[in-house]
Amino acid sequence: MSESPCTKCERLLQSYLDGELNEIEAREAEVHLDDCGYCRRHYRFERAFREHVRKTLTEEPMSPELKLKLAALRSGAHPADRS
Amino acid sequence: MAKKSNARKAVAMSEQAPDTAGRGLAEKARSRVRFEEEALSHANQVYKVARHLAGSKEEAEELMQETYARAFRSWRSYAPGTNMRAWLLRILTNINIDRGRRKQRRPAERSLEEGDYSLYDRLDAAAGGDDSSDDEERLLNRLSQSGIVDALTTLPHDFRDVLVLVDLGEFSYQETAQILSVPIGTVMSRLHRARRLLKQSLASSLEAER
Repeated sequence: MSESPCTKCERLLQSYLDGELNEIEAREAEVHLDDCGYCRRHYRFERAFREHVRKTLTEEPMSPELKLKLAALRSGAHPADRS
Repeated sequence: MAKKSNARKAVAMSEQAPDTAGRGLAEKARSRVRFEEEALSHANQVYKVARHLAGSKEEAEELMQETYARAFRSWRSYAPGTNMRAWLLRILTNINIDRGRRKQRRPAERSLEEGDYSLYDRLDAAAGGDDSSDDEERLLNRLSQSGIVDALTTLPHDFRDVLVLVDLGEFSYQETAQILSVPIGTVMSRLHRARRLLKQSLASSLEAER
């Protein structure tokens, strides 16, 4: 499997997933995905994997205590420091 | 006559000057308040990135406070109308670098040779799949939250920075390059390596469980 001739497409598909290809390059990637089941399978996995990582890592919100501490850093919170 | 006129002008100016200066000060104070409000409105999104750049919640909170303290002090260096979230994250990543985290060693090049595709196959095999299966969900369900957090934590900081900024901060390659003050090519290559290392680490942990 690791000897797939499509290994060279990895970077192209990464940039495609990141929305970093221009119109022509993106079209090339789409045509390739239509034609190549191997890349299509990996592309689908990569897209789902990123979404899974994103969801997994963004569940923890900022604590209310930290919000208060940040608000207390404002110049208005320290009237003497208005330079 | 000319003297009288000049004297009148001087009086008029001396009466107006404090007023103009007062208006200037009031406008400056308003600009600063607007800046601070806008900066705070980005705090949740900045924290989302900070939390995964720092090793722990406590570290992330310290990083946030240091970042906002520095941002509020340097408010004049922010150009209104530009990307404030990127500006804040540039401060944050600089502070993070200043905190001495560059000491972490780089991974051996050998460990980076494995391609994404072969890593997918390793992940797939470790999750109990076979070559004919295309069920991403089955595989992803095997990747626990703690496993992903651990894998991210073990990434070298240079790699973790780009991965977190692009995948969690949703910054473009160009914005990430500006935030980290590195060429765009460096962002792309670090991102590529970071994703490989993350999957390698997850594949290894799944294999160890079997």
